[in-house]
Amino acid sequence: MMKEELETTNRPDNTAFTQQRLPAWQPMLSAGIVIPGFVLIGLAFIGIGVALFITSQNITVLEKDYTGVETTSDCYKCSNPSDKNCTCKLEFSLSNLFEGPVFFYYGLSNYFQSQRSYGASKDEYQLSGDLDYFKTPISACSPYQYDANQNPIVPCGSLANSMFNDTFKLYQIVNGTKKLVPFDGKGIAWWTDYNIKYRNPSVTPLKNAFNGTVKPSFWSKPAYELDTSDPSNNGFVNQDFLVWMRRAALPDFRKLYRRITEGDYARGLPAGNYSLEIAYNYPVLSFGGRKKVVFSNVSWMGGKNQFLGIAYLVVGSLCVVMSMVMLIVYAKFKFPEDD
Amino acid sequence: SALSILANLTHVICAFGRDERRVDSRTIYVGHRPCPATDAFIPPKFCDNRIVSSKYTVWNFLPKNLFEQFRRIANFYFLIIFLVQVIVDTPTSPVTSGLPLFFVITVTAIKQGYEDWLRHKADNEVNKYLVTVLEDGRRTRKESEKIKVGDVVEVVEDETFPCDLILLQSSREDETCFVTTASLDGESNHKVECCYSNTSVTVPLRRVVCGGMTLFVTFFSLCVVSLRSLGPENLLLKGATLKNTQKIYGVAVYSGMETKMALNYQGKSQKRSVVEKSINAFLLVYLCILVSKALVCTTLKYVWQSQPGQEEPWYNQKTQKEKDANLYLNMFTDFLSFMVLFNFIIPVSMYVTVEMQKFLGSFFISWDKDFFDPEIQEGALVNTSDLNEELGQVEYVFTDKTGTLTQNSMEFIECCIDGFQYKNRDSSTELDGFCVTDGPVSMLQQKAGREEEELFLRALCLCHTVQVKESTGQEDGVGDQVDGVLGLDGEMVHPAELRGFIASSPDEVALVKGAMKYGFTFLGMESKNMRVMNRDKDVETYELLHVLNFDPVRRRMSVIVRSNCGDIMLFCKGADSSIFPRVRQEEVDRISMHVERNATEGYRTLCVAYKLLSSEEYAQADAGLREARLALDDREEKLMAVYNQVETGMSLIGATAVEDRLQEEAAETMEALQRAGMKVWVLTGDKMETAKSTCYACRLFQRGTELLELTVRTLEDGGRRREERLHEVLSAFSFSPRSWTSAKQDYGFIIDGATLSLVFNSSPDSSHYKSLFLQICQNCTTVLCCRMAPLQKAQIVNMVKNSKGSPITLSIGDGANDVSMILEAHIGIGIKGKEGRQAVRNSDYAIPKLKHLKKLLLGHGHLYYVRIAHLVQYFFYKNLCFILPQFLYQFFCGSSQQPLYDAAYLTMYNICFTSMPILAYSLLEQHICMEVLMSNATLYRDVAKNAMLRWSPFLYWTLLGVYQGLLFFFGVRFLFSNPALQDNGQVFGNWSYGTIVFTVLVFTVTLKLAMDTRHWTWINHFVIWGSLAFYMVFSFFWGGIIWPFLRQQRLYFVFANMLRSVSAWLVIILLILLSLLPEILLLVLRKPRWPHSRQVRYTHI
Repeated sequence: MMKEELETTNRPDNTAFTQQRLPAWQPMLSAGIVIPGFVLIGLAFIGIGVALFITSQNITVLEKDYTGVETTSDCYKCSNPSDKNCTCKLEFSLSNLFEGPVFFYYGLSNYFQSQRSYGASKDEYQLSGDLDYFKTPISACSPYQYDANQNPIVPCGSLANSMFNDTFKLYQIVNGTKKLVPFDGKGIAWWTDYNIKYRNPSVTPLKNAFNGTVKPSFWSKPAYELDTSDPSNNGFVNQDFLVWMRRAALPDFRKLYRRITEGDYARGLPAGNYSLEIAYNYPVLSFGGRKKVVFSNVSWMGGKNQFLGIAYLVVGSLCVVMSMVMLIVYAKFKFPEDD
Repeated sequence: SALSILANLTHVICAFGRDERRVDSRTIYVGHRPCPATDAFIPPKFCDNRIVSSKYTVWNFLPKNLFEQFRRIANFYFLIIFLVQVIVDTPTSPVTSGLPLFFVITVTAIKQGYEDWLRHKADNEVNKYLVTVLEDGRRTRKESEKIKVGDVVEVVEDETFPCDLILLQSSREDETCFVTTASLDGESNHKVECCYSNTSVTVPLRRVVCGGMTLFVTFFSLCVVSLRSLGPENLLLKGATLKNTQKIYGVAVYSGMETKMALNYQGKSQKRSVVEKSINAFLLVYLCILVSKALVCTTLKYVWQSQPGQEEPWYNQKTQKEKDANLYLNMFTDFLSFMVLFNFIIPVSMYVTVEMQKFLGSFFISWDKDFFDPEIQEGALVNTSDLNEELGQVEYVFTDKTGTLTQNSMEFIECCIDGFQYKNRDSSTELDGFCVTDGPVSMLQQKAGREEEELFLRALCLCHTVQVKESTGQEDGVGDQVDGVLGLDGEMVHPAELRGFIASSPDEVALVKGAMKYGFTFLGMESKNMRVMNRDKDVETYELLHVLNFDPVRRRMSVIVRSNCGDIMLFCKGADSSIFPRVRQEEVDRISMHVERNATEGYRTLCVAYKLLSSEEYAQADAGLREARLALDDREEKLMAVYNQVETGMSLIGATAVEDRLQEEAAETMEALQRAGMKVWVLTGDKMETAKSTCYACRLFQRGTELLELTVRTLEDGGRRREERLHEVLSAFSFSPRSWTSAKQDYGFIIDGATLSLVFNSSPDSSHYKSLFLQICQNCTTVLCCRMAPLQKAQIVNMVKNSKGSPITLSIGDGANDVSMILEAHIGIGIKGKEGRQAVRNSDYAIPKLKHLKKLLLGHGHLYYVRIAHLVQYFFYKNLCFILPQFLYQFFCGSSQQPLYDAAYLTMYNICFTSMPILAYSLLEQHICMEVLMSNATLYRDVAKNAMLRWSPFLYWTLLGVYQGLLFFFGVRFLFSNPALQDNGQVFGNWSYGTIVFTVLVFTVTLKLAMDTRHWTWINHFVIWGSLAFYMVFSFFWGGIIWPFLRQQRLYFVFANMLRSVSAWLVIILLILLSLLPEILLLVLRKPRWPHSRQVRYTHI
């Protein structure tokens, strides 16, 4: 009455599932499979490792620190933060052709773009062109939400505010005269960031959309003037801005600045002397950071990275060695039993 | 008549070993008419007759259920985490932990709500049932729940009693009625209940006192102080059904939740499995890991911030509010934030998965067709799914003998009358008429005198409590026929089975049937007269004066009858040990030899004694018995004293031998259990010789087994005090076989109930005996405890359970006397035997036959244990290597609680990406197939003593998780030393980093499981490859669409871009292989020692 006894008056179902007799594959890792398998995997890994290593070796990288910590550096004079609009020069010479296309990166170290509060300090609705959020940015942008006069900041937040603003001009010294190396600023940001994720408000001219807002305090010019020459590279879809907004994973990072693909330099940078003119604006010494520029060409595996090739070689050899060990172990203990 | 019952009711609730007493007294006015004699008596309020088995009502369901659920430590922990996420600014949104928690709570609430709804429905069915109540002489129909204590209730045939009633009037002439308590204890025989007036004088009843109401249906008693007694035979229990009686009237004495039935259903304590304890221990470790991780991160954060320029770099200014906040408060909230960030290390989903595994897994037991018994048309029954894995951990098996090792289908084999042996011929030849024509008793050597023979057979016919199944009209044609035939000519050639005998124990039926074969047939009771047809086909009637009930302590029962010619006789039957001291020695000498021989042959022997009472003696005994029955205090003891007094000076007239056959494959099963490393203890109420021979038959004792006996007999040597002797023997046993473990010699140990009680409660230093005793027992392969009372069985189980190392105990039994040990042991197994349903009802698992125990333990138990152990270890492992990279990332993000993985990944990892493969594994895995497990019992030892959940395997899994976590993180870390990973020179950001780590993680943990899977059914293939495919598809979709409900499109095209990078592919492959490499190596190198199932099959079958 309280609890009816559940009488299974019928015979239980005689199905493979209920009787736990589903047909099953019972893999057996026998020596016959494992040892050749390991040899094969090992050889494949060694092959990939060699390819990776050689590829990586063939990539040329030129890295120059321009923070100006050393007094010998030309940029030492600019390292004083009170000095505005300071320009310094970085000179270098190439003995061989720097094969193109050459990618020009800037690098920062001890810079924590990966901090949570920093990364969260942006308004994605604003950045996708929603004008409502121009007036009232998200509170996560604080302290870069409103300025002292309670005007909304667009684009708001620490991430946008701290956008990298050093600019570079590269000259080749040909017979004592400076020849500008043309930079290509397109295609340095992710295609989807540029075309879909970030949108300017559909207001023309763009400037009108920013009425009643102020530029981020660190910026020298408002967002709608980032690239006045090219409307498709302006505002929130400015490629430098997009590159900056994609947060780096680690505190030492590099970001793509320009590509050298045009004119005489499409094949690369020819041997010779070069001078890099730097508009030194971005302060890093206050938090112990460093700035550098990196010239590199890339391969199918991306930029230069020895790690992958070496790792593949090591793991590949490990597999081969282990298959040898296993062979010995099996020869000693296992094979008689198999027979 | 102004009949009123003034009742003082005293409850004594005796749970096992506890001495908890609840006393309440009540006054009942029958028909609510106050008794004129008792004025100024305020009728007390009794509870109404509503049965409430449900836990919730509509109103309190939500709060009460939530409260119950959050009382579970795990749920509470997750609630706290959730609340922290809501209150404190934490890295992940409250949704990530709120959603799974909400899911779990909702599912559980729905399940419990549904179960409660079912209970409500059942309650309503009972409570709204219409019953007839007499009010002011009129019959009114009332709902059952409206019955009040004192109402006079009418119950007609086949109705169940709506509450506990005292029978006032019956429609039967003899003022009795028949009830069946099938729904209470499953015993389907009809019991006779009598009206109080049946044995009463005509003085109106004034006062009723009842005492000794214990929690067991079988021991219920009431008694009257002033005038006369009411026994359990006067009480009709709620839930029982009226049979064979047109209608009765009864007064309600207990209603609603105070009825016997309601009381019986309460307080079945829940058993927890050892695995759950392991889980909790591991949880504690992980909680420590979690807290220390959070502490480390918090410390690091503040150490790092104390460096110049790091506390607040210009690019990441603090808000004014943050600047104003208290430093220590900040530290605390940071600590909480880290806790939240790492809390995934203890996943909600593990509890869900474990519960699901247990719930679903238990179906395999009830589905198993090997457990199906065609005889009773039933398979195994699973009463709890919490203990599945415990079946694989059993170290001690406590088994009942009768009905468990043996079939409990008794057959009368032979008897011994006055020292002469009478052997029953093979039943087949006998039925051919040989015995019937040749005279019922075939003599082997010499015949005893005809008088002795007849006296003995009469004793068999009279000294019992057997009933003849009464025909209830057309439905019972067989009974009808038997009655008719008997009435006409009394031919004895009917097959005995046609005669419906019902008795509480099959021995009695066997004896009555045995007597029938020899010419004396018990025809049944007619009011108080027992009718017996003798060899000359004459019906003799005997008035039944008293029944001195059987109980396991006295181990005998007697009846006092008055024959036609007025002789008052006492017939007593019982165990030899309880009869022999009460008869003359020379009679014993004549019979004991036979008894002992029968006992060693494995038969159950009973001795029959007889005594002619003079009328003075009877008058004295009668008075004594009546007085004892009326006693208010210590009624049992007083009755016992009178019984003992009456049952003296008898003369022994014979002995019987009844065979109880072994269960099918009992020996094979026991042998397998012993090979599997289990110690089998036989706990029986039977006598030592019988039990010993059963043990030999079951191969529990083998020819080479050295038996150590510790019984009353061995202690009585030399006439010294038993205690001294006990001490001596115990120490001798524990020290003599010096090399317990090294010797090949098997030891068996035999102890009896009396000695055991001496061990348990002798002198102050009994604990010393106890430990000595335990030490001896633990070194014996088999222990036989005979002459045990039910509570002693539980005591033994309890002693072993609480001994060092707390071994897992299993009790198996079939009768009500095994209930105590079934409840006491870690796992209680009931056999769906012949002794009612009590054992099954109180068990955790019920199986039809003993032989099924082998598959249940060696097959199912082993697999369940391996499955759940792997499940638990795997869960901790996969969450460790899930969260470790996130922890390591804190060193690279300024300890700012930046999550490495996207919120969707954090939430889905345990719910979707990695949950199904392990669930499928934990339901389907057969690392060694069932047949091999069954045929190689020793494999059971591999998992004994919680082998897979001890600290060393846990450490192994943890190290594996740490190794893989480190590998995942730093592998990608080195890759990201140059974040330009695409051939277009573009760089990857932090979400790409996390996604690469997460992809490696999901693949690695899934493939790790795939490597551990030894039994690939299509389901395994489907869920393993399906999970990986689902992860890929989900990631594509999650990153492929601008989700309108999300503010941050953090993963937009991150996954697709990752797949476009060759380096990312290469690093993923590399890291997966490298993480699994040690496992593969171990698997290959370890193999020679751990034979694969297929090899085992080839070598052993």
